[in-house]
Amino acid sequence: MPTEQKAAPARLAVRKTYKLFVGGKFPRSESGRSYPVQGADGEFVANAALASRKDVRDAVVAARKAFGGWSGATAYNRGQILYRIAEMLEGRRDQFADEVRTARGGTRSAARADVDAAIDRWVWYAGWADKIAQVRGNANPVAGPYFNLSAPEPTGVVGVVAPTEPLLGLVSVLAPVIVTGNTVVLLASETQPLPAITLAEVLATSDLPGGVVNLLTGRVAETAPWLAGHADVNALDLTGVDDADLAVELERTAADTLKRVLRPPLTGADWKAEPDTDRLTTFLETKTVWHPKGA
Amino acid sequence: MAFEYAPAPESRSIVDIRPAYGLFVNGEFVAPADGESMKTVDPATEEVLAEVGVAGAADVDRAVAAARKAYQRVWGPMPGAERAKYLYRIARIIQERARELAVLESIDNGKPIRESRDVDIPLVAAHFFYYAGWADKLGHAGFGANPQPLGVAGQVIPWNFPLLMLAWKIAPALAAGNTVVLKPAETTPLTALLFAEICQLADLPAGVVNILTGAGDTGRALVEHGDVDKVAFTGSTEVGRQIARSVAGTRKRVTLELGGKAANIVFADAALDQAVEGIVNGIFFNQGHVCCAGSRLLVEESVSEELLARLKRRMTTLRVGDPLDKNTDVGAINSAEQLAKIRTLTEIGEQEGGQRWSAPCPLPDRGFWFSPTVFTEVTQAHRIAREEIFGPVLSVLTFRTPDEAVVKANNTPYGLSAGIWTEKGSRILWLADKLRAGVVWANTFNKFDPTSPFGGYQESGYGREGGRHGLEAYLAH
Repeated sequence: MPTEQKAAPARLAVRKTYKLFVGGKFPRSESGRSYPVQGADGEFVANAALASRKDVRDAVVAARKAFGGWSGATAYNRGQILYRIAEMLEGRRDQFADEVRTARGGTRSAARADVDAAIDRWVWYAGWADKIAQVRGNANPVAGPYFNLSAPEPTGVVGVVAPTEPLLGLVSVLAPVIVTGNTVVLLASETQPLPAITLAEVLATSDLPGGVVNLLTGRVAETAPWLAGHADVNALDLTGVDDADLAVELERTAADTLKRVLRPPLTGADWKAEPDTDRLTTFLETKTVWHPKGA
Repeated sequence: MAFEYAPAPESRSIVDIRPAYGLFVNGEFVAPADGESMKTVDPATEEVLAEVGVAGAADVDRAVAAARKAYQRVWGPMPGAERAKYLYRIARIIQERARELAVLESIDNGKPIRESRDVDIPLVAAHFFYYAGWADKLGHAGFGANPQPLGVAGQVIPWNFPLLMLAWKIAPALAAGNTVVLKPAETTPLTALLFAEICQLADLPAGVVNILTGAGDTGRALVEHGDVDKVAFTGSTEVGRQIARSVAGTRKRVTLELGGKAANIVFADAALDQAVEGIVNGIFFNQGHVCCAGSRLLVEESVSEELLARLKRRMTTLRVGDPLDKNTDVGAINSAEQLAKIRTLTEIGEQEGGQRWSAPCPLPDRGFWFSPTVFTEVTQAHRIAREEIFGPVLSVLTFRTPDEAVVKANNTPYGLSAGIWTEKGSRILWLADKLRAGVVWANTFNKFDPTSPFGGYQESGYGREGGRHGLEAYLAH
């Protein structure tokens, strides 16, 4: 018989179940597994879904299915949708600041500054949607009577291992990949995955077509090799792979299907610095079209 | 009445092939450290043309060290405007010695003189001329205000366009301030070695360009060398995979230009005779030894019979034979090994149910030859519709709707090039958007230009060669 009983609170909080984000829906892992996520203070925060190989494959299928529509959407439309995502983020600043602080620790104002930087970063990338083709494409003055134009196109389905930098780092790797028309399977930070799932709630309510972003939580060492080896994934961003041996193994696996690979940075990335266009251009192909001229 | 063609051979006397060649390292020809050599043969006669050195690991070390030293002391610090002048010089010498280079290319490779003379060599000169002008304008190329060279580039090229592939590799690398170690293909080293002499004639500083002849082992040693900063490879997808695997965990930058299985799509409203010329150029140009060859003909069902009849009629007029004859359309297959591969895949094509038709043309008794061939009754599952044959063999499939054409065209792990034949402009632009390929030729095919970026999607590789885009592969930014 308990000697002491906690007094029931005035109102019992409704806890959130953190799930995966695949094809615009929030399924649990098909494996039925989850893992406990601790905050910076070491206290339990919530359980996150522990994604499996099958979840990776489902996510790739969803990303491939979404690719035609998203890459075929007008650049203006993609820019509008990305900007809309920034608007939704702005509306949830407090919530994200709380989650970032819980995950990472630090002061409330530092967490707020991070969230603001993440929103501004998203707006920066949103604006690239209808400009990158002008910066990266050009007419080619060939020595003959031909029209000849080179323009960038999205690479396809991109697998991304996100860094452990709950919102700013996550946003900085995600936005540049999708703004040009790629679709994504993103493995969230293993230790700080919860803000990513909350970001998925924003994506789900911002007119972003289902499947453009698919977000998995779990063990990177378990899921990333399936992503690296999947024949329907065209490129791999290894920014968030902290284990150097795993990064080499993933790059090697990716070579079997000649994926474009963005290696992890040599030194820790400075997410606060203003980005260049490298994260956009790494996941672009150049298409050159010829046509004869003549009366 | 039928006209007979008298032989019209281009003279061989313009070329002077030495009995033996060393490696070109640090500005001079040297013997391989372990004295190994190989023979290069004329594929049209099977005669040995010369003994050529085989570079081993020690030679690769020596060449990379020479390139490193030249990069640090001479070429890297040199003002772009001075680098430009060296490249202009090289372009001019190539123009001056164009006929010699063309004849040598046709002898060593087997390609018709008409192509080496009118396509390969003029493009080589144009490529150096084009990139020369970039050397002092790199800050305007869109890769940052002060882009820097990468260092030493290890470059491995194929045998199908020997000197042109050399130009595609060396010109942008040098313009951007890198130095190079280049390995020409095992079966076609001679024009690269003549290019080494041209570098000497241009007074190019020692070590800026190093040419190592050899086979796969030489290429592997070069690509895997620890002091190489950049790897550029053109060749098979299989070797491309090995290279991508071998650089994992390094900071080497890589560009790969690999295989293809291009769809050449003909709609019922196309100008059929023009389309036939484009199909012929697409698959029989350079004996089909072209990674971007239009090897899958997708023809709208309603005109397939008519188109095939015209195509076969045209194919019967193709002249196969002596590469040095100015009337030759299709030359020799580059090697016995490649001929065996083409034969194997065409036999498989027949076994799997494809209907084979080959142009009825006489073939010389000696040398490596294959008649222009077309397969009908081909399905998407057939190996000849999926695998790169790299020979004069066309697989024909049909479609009924534009959507079906897109699905079939994109049903390949490759993505290098594609062709579209229709008179409807909106359809061209719609289809060009849908095709997952790096180069799309509409109402034309197999056109190349130094200003025009070239390279693939998916398993056709990554990176672009040519144009402003081609500089990026050799710049850090």
